[in-house]
This record gives sequence, structure tokens and C-alpha cells, in this order.
Amino acid sequence: MVEVKNLTKHYGDKKAVDNISFKVEKGEILGFLGPNGAGKSTTMNMLTGYISSTSGQVLINGTDILEEPNKAKANIGYLPEIPPLYVDMTVMEYLNFMFDLKKCKLPRKSHLKDICGLCKITDVSERIIKNLSKGYRQRVGLAQALIGNPPVLILDEPTVGLDPQQIIEIRTLIKKLGKSHTVILSSHILPEIQAVCDRIVIINKGVIAADGTAEEIAKNLTNEHKMVARIEGSSKTAEDKTDIINAIKNISGIKYIRADMEREKGVFDYDIEAEQGMDIRRDINKICFEHGWNILMLQLSDLTLEDIFLKITMGEGHSENSSDNNEKSSAPTTNTATETATPDKTDEKVSDNTAKPEKIKDSKKNSKNNGGKK
Amino acid sequence: MGAIFRRELGSFFKSSIAYIFLAVFFLFSGYFFCAGTLYSSTSDMSSMFGALFLVILFLIPILTMKLLSEEKKQKTDQGILTAPVGLWSIVLGKYLAALTLYIIGISITLVYALILSYFGTVVWSSVLANYLALILLGSAFISIGVFISSLTENQMSSAIVSFVALMLLYMIDSIANLFSVHIIKNILVSLSFYTRYLEFTSGIFNLSSVVFYISVAFLFNFFTVRVLEKKRWS
Repeated sequence: MVEVKNLTKHYGDKKAVDNISFKVEKGEILGFLGPNGAGKSTTMNMLTGYISSTSGQVLINGTDILEEPNKAKANIGYLPEIPPLYVDMTVMEYLNFMFDLKKCKLPRKSHLKDICGLCKITDVSERIIKNLSKGYRQRVGLAQALIGNPPVLILDEPTVGLDPQQIIEIRTLIKKLGKSHTVILSSHILPEIQAVCDRIVIINKGVIAADGTAEEIAKNLTNEHKMVARIEGSSKTAEDKTDIINAIKNISGIKYIRADMEREKGVFDYDIEAEQGMDIRRDINKICFEHGWNILMLQLSDLTLEDIFLKITMGEGHSENSSDNNEKSSAPTTNTATETATPDKTDEKVSDNTAKPEKIKDSKKNSKNNGGKK
Repeated sequence: MGAIFRRELGSFFKSSIAYIFLAVFFLFSGYFFCAGTLYSSTSDMSSMFGALFLVILFLIPILTMKLLSEEKKQKTDQGILTAPVGLWSIVLGKYLAALTLYIIGISITLVYALILSYFGTVVWSSVLANYLALILLGSAFISIGVFISSLTENQMSSAIVSFVALMLLYMIDSIANLFSVHIIKNILVSLSFYTRYLEFTSGIFNLSSVVFYISVAFLFNFFTVRVLEKKRWS
């Protein structure tokens, strides 16, 4: 339905969009994600023929947007970042104007009534747009895009300015429309993209950084298999921990293991990281079974869309930072674990911590507390 | 084109622009009609038509100032430029809306002629030729105004630049006098909107002037289309 081939846009020397290609099929909802200035709106403006591309091609339903603009544009409903509303008109006048402008052949009255109903603007249809709130304006903008029932909908941040109730309504509406239309929508709100879109394209600095479902993207990005295992030792005391760490360390493909918080008496959480592509869950299970330990929980720590987004858009530097932050928060408990562990089990993370006085203080506090408990 | 034409014309009447334009035009044309024609007890309206040149020179920038600049400022151009309409339809829709309001305004001169016809003989061919000249002059001026409006996002600067441009066109005769080189002088004089307009008011129907005004109107509408086109490519 929408095909983008090697699309490039230069503004002077600056490359706003650099050689991007993707394809959206009918009945697919594509989420367009990217930080400010990544080229999202530029791409959408090129898709809709508002601006031209420096090179590359946009095909809407097989029609080139620059070769036969009128034919291609007739297939598109576009809601730009700022809804193109004439503030001196009433909602109904405006929708009638857009109806005429799009040379829509559908029965005027019933079609506009349906759209007003869908976007929930029936009760403001006689009001002047100037006096409407941001949320209503946004919905009028969406209504305008739906006029003529175009097979392709391109929505630039459709839920900006809506209250939570309306956001849910609009998302449901988009999902519903997505069954029979091709929808491309951009948003800053990650859960929204996750809730609505079948596929996600992440764009950064004018290039596509990732393309696929949220799960696929997460999978490609995860260099390590991290998991958390909650294991109960056979003697149900803290001494089991050393045995468990030792045993699991011997599984091939393990990168590191460390004990985390004591969840129940003698039950610890272990952070385990395996080499890429290694699935060691079964091995862990086997070892625990052999030693008579009980696995109370085994959880893969997946990347959320937020992690993915930050990782892609901020580059590696930031992802290190963020994992640093995680360490900080888990540092005290980690230290208590390593303190009781034998020195040879002290992994790099500990030496890392010793460099940070604040953390050591924390860990001392923590160990005192632990001692008190004992 | 129809949708844009209707919207623009409606917008003129929704804002104060149409009323200001009509009121000011009626005021000055009425004054020149009284002072030039009624008080001198003549049925010759040429003095009024001659004076109207300056009136429309001041008023047309008000008509055209927001036609395209405001679309850009409010980002509503995204709506019309992504709709399945051509650039010519957009430009002509807006141009014709302004021209229509202008023609509604200048049609008051026909009412003046009707009033005169009660008291004396009106040379209708002359009145109609003058009326036509006003329409031609307006269509050229409006196309220049629309063009300038397409260059800016600010309607005040659009109005001021349009006014200066029209004023320069008015002054072209006096500028021509500064040149001693004959060719330059002749070229400038032949570009004079005012001289050609005065020919009409003195009863000369010059076909080349008709062609001149229509060409200017076409040329500047063409430029406007190019400006919109260029915006997409830059």
C-alpha cells in the first residue's frame, strides 16, 4: 500500500532523512518512533507530498506521489503535527470544506455525521474552531483526515493534547481503522506505540535504526541473555548461596552470576547472564534438580520499549550509563552477597563498587542490618 | 478550486476585511463621485475613475495580505497542499475570491452611473469601458498582491511590501522621466499601469492595454504557483 524506496531529503547541507526504505501493507499499523529532530515529520511530509524528496520514491497504492500527486493524494488522509484548521470556521463548515476539497463522492451528510460520531465531535460541530480546546482541535484534525475514507492514514502524533479517556478512545479507533486501512502513526509516547502498532520503525538522525515488532527489535538489540533466578538451597540457609553460585558457574556459556537480595530465609535471587544465543534455562533447572534445590522463579529480564528507544537513540554511551544506574540501585544488596561469597567469586562488579565510596557506605549499612537480623 | 474560492470569500466576510474594504472603497468613491461629478454638474465620471486608481492601490494589499501568508503561519497549508488539488487550483481559488470581492466593491460605480442617468445622459459605453479598466487593473494588482503574500508568513509585511510594490508601479512614469536614454524611458513608460489606466478613463479603448493587464495577472499567478512549487522542493 505504502512503499518508500531510498527516500532522502537534504536541507542545504543537512541530511534530514537519509536513504530510508520501508513498506507498509494493507491492514498494518506502523508506528514511527524517534527523538525530536530525527526526521519523523519530514518523512511524513514527504509521504503525503507536502514536501518533495531530494531523491527516492514514495508509492501510495502503486502511484508515485510526485508523478501523479492528485491521484496519490486522494488515497491519503493526513493529520499533520499541527492540525490544519481554519480557526474562523465552525467545525461543520470546516469539514464541509475539506469534503469539497478532497472531491469526496460519498453522501455528504451521512458521511460527515459518521465521522463526527467516530471522533466524538458531534456536540461541538456548530462551534467555531477558535474556541475549541486542544483536544477537540486534535479530534477535528483526525476527523478531517478520515473524510473520504482514504485507504492510507498518516497520523503525526494523533493523541497529543487529549485526556487519558480520549486517548484510549482514539487508540481503539485507530486500531479499528487499522484493520481495513494502512495506518502510519508517529508518537513520542512509547506505550501508545506498543499498544496500537503491529510494527515499529525507529528512526534516528534521519536513518532507520530498527524495523520490526517490538519483540523482534528487542531480540536484535539484546547482546546478552540476562535472567533472574530465585533458588532455594537444600539447607535453607545463606550458606547454600556459595554452592549454588559455584554450581551454576560451571554451566557452559555463563558470563557471570551473582547473588542478589535474600527474598525469603535461605532463598536468594541470582542475576545470571549468558553468552549471546545461549539458552541456559534448562541447564539451570537440571543442576538445581540434581542438587535438590528448588527454583521458585526464573525470569528473563527483557528490554522494554523504553530501553530499546534509549539504547538506539542515545547510542552505546547512554546504555552503559543506564546500566550503571541500575547497578547503583542494586549495589548495596550485591555487596552483601559478595562479602559473604568467597573472594574468587568476586566478579568485576565488586571492584567497580570499591571505586565508589558512596556505595561502600551503603553496603556497610546494609551488612549491619543483615547482621542485626541474624 | 471551488472549495478554496468559497472558503476564502466566506473568510473575507467572516473577518472584518470585506467590510473594511467595501466601506473604505464606498467612502472614497462616493466622495470623488460627489466632488468630481455631481458638484461640477456633469455626467462625465472620468475624474472619479481617474482618482480611484490611488484608492485601489491602497486597498488591494488589504485584500491580498493574508491569502497565502496566513496559511503558512497557521500551518493550514499542510491541509490544502496534501489534498488532491493542484497548485493552480489553490492559487486561482484564492485569487478569484479576492477578485470577486473587489468586483463587488467597484460595482458601486455602476450604481453611481444609474443615479446620474436620472439627471442626464450617461455615455454607457464609456462607463462600461471604465468599469472594465478597473476590473483589469484590479486583476493585475491582486495577482501581484497574492504573489507577495506567498513570499512571507507575516500578513503585515505582506501588506506593506505589496503597497510599496504597487506604489512603485504608480511612480513608474516619474521614474521614467529621470532617464535620458530613450530606450529605457520607453520601456518604463510602456510598463506604466497608470498611463494605460488613464487612457481608458479618457475614453480610449486600447486592446494592447487589455492584453497587458491580463498578461501581468497571468504572470504573477504563475509566479505564485512557482513559489508554492519551490517551497516543496527546497
